Amino acid sequence: MDNNWIEITGGILAIGGSIFLFLGSLGLLRMPDAYNRIQTGTKASTLGTILSLAGLFFFFPGWFGKFMILILFVLITNPISSHVLARAAYFTGVPLTRKTTVDQLNESLNEDPSRRAHLRKVSTNTEEDKI
Amino acid sequence: MAKILLDIAISITLLSLLVSLIRFILGPEKVNRIIAFDVMSVSGIALIAYVAALSQRIIYMDIALVYGILGFIGVIIVARYIEKGL
Amino acid sequence: MIITLFITWLLLNNSLQTQVIISGAVISLVLPAFFCGKCEAFTQLRLTPKALLYSVLFFFTFLVALVKSNLDVAYRVLAPSLPINPGIVEVKTKLKSKIGRIILADAITLTPGTFTLEVSGDSMFIHWIDVQSTDLEQNTLLIVRQFEKYLEVMYG
Repeated sequence: MDNNWIEITGGILAIGGSIFLFLGSLGLLRMPDAYNRIQTGTKASTLGTILSLAGLFFFFPGWFGKFMILILFVLITNPISSHVLARAAYFTGVPLTRKTTVDQLNESLNEDPSRRAHLRKVSTNTEEDKI
Repeated sequence: MAKILLDIAISITLLSLLVSLIRFILGPEKVNRIIAFDVMSVSGIALIAYVAALSQRIIYMDIALVYGILGFIGVIIVARYIEKGL
Repeated sequence: MIITLFITWLLLNNSLQTQVIISGAVISLVLPAFFCGKCEAFTQLRLTPKALLYSVLFFFTFLVALVKSNLDVAYRVLAPSLPINPGIVEVKTKLKSKIGRIILADAITLTPGTFTLEVSGDSMFIHWIDVQSTDLEQNTLLIVRQFEKYLEVMYG
């Protein structure tokens, strides 16, 4: 009986994690431009995966090491990949959405054009959103 | 009882993979496709962990780890390629 | 560095047999000699009791921010009117060491509605899903300060 409650707690945690994963991919579909997609996608998938693994840990307490390694791995690599993706998106000129209010990075880059030098090409198209 | 909860969690994760696959197919540029691929590979880690729990084999967790490493390296390399060229 | 490698090896093997422990100790003693030139992440960490306490506090602040950011994302995705107000703002950091800045940028990426887009010098450019002000000082106070006060003690 006692064991059963532990497993049900784990199952509920795992369902919570998978709901966060689903919300992340739904946000991936709904958001208007690449940067907001990175916001929703990365954050929700990080906590979703961590919660799923933590929920499975309640089922198999003997696998502690593997779950810990996977959680640490996701926690370290996910912000890095989102940062690299955002840099790539920005410097290849992927347009920001029309709702964007300020862009202080663009102002700073215009003051000091030498910082653009290492880039292969920076297209300056500011087209409408292509969903 | 608890197995049913795990089944529900697996189906929701599969649904999320499908939804991000839609973004992968119709993403307007390269960058959006890679974002979708990133989310899909992280969801894939969770999915492989679920499969490991269902079949009760600890060796599948290693597969999840290697899959995560390969997905991370792939995302980094493609993003670098888009930004600077090879 | 050696201790970190050894703990990773133990977690990865998930067992405490004698031969596993011995081979892990040998490997984690040999590997840093080849691949670890400077190892800033481990030598610059201060090992005073205050720094250890602050790293634990930092971890819990980080977890709370992670959960908060996910609830925030869930609200923004599910609301029918898509309540976003995105923009890119600039903030300044006072951290000097490289590894401190890396951890700060990672922590910012996982806090509610912000992620780091570009780091140059001591200024970071941050994409914010719900811009509240365009003032540099106030943004620094809002985004960076909550993690910086812990990292300052840990890395300086």
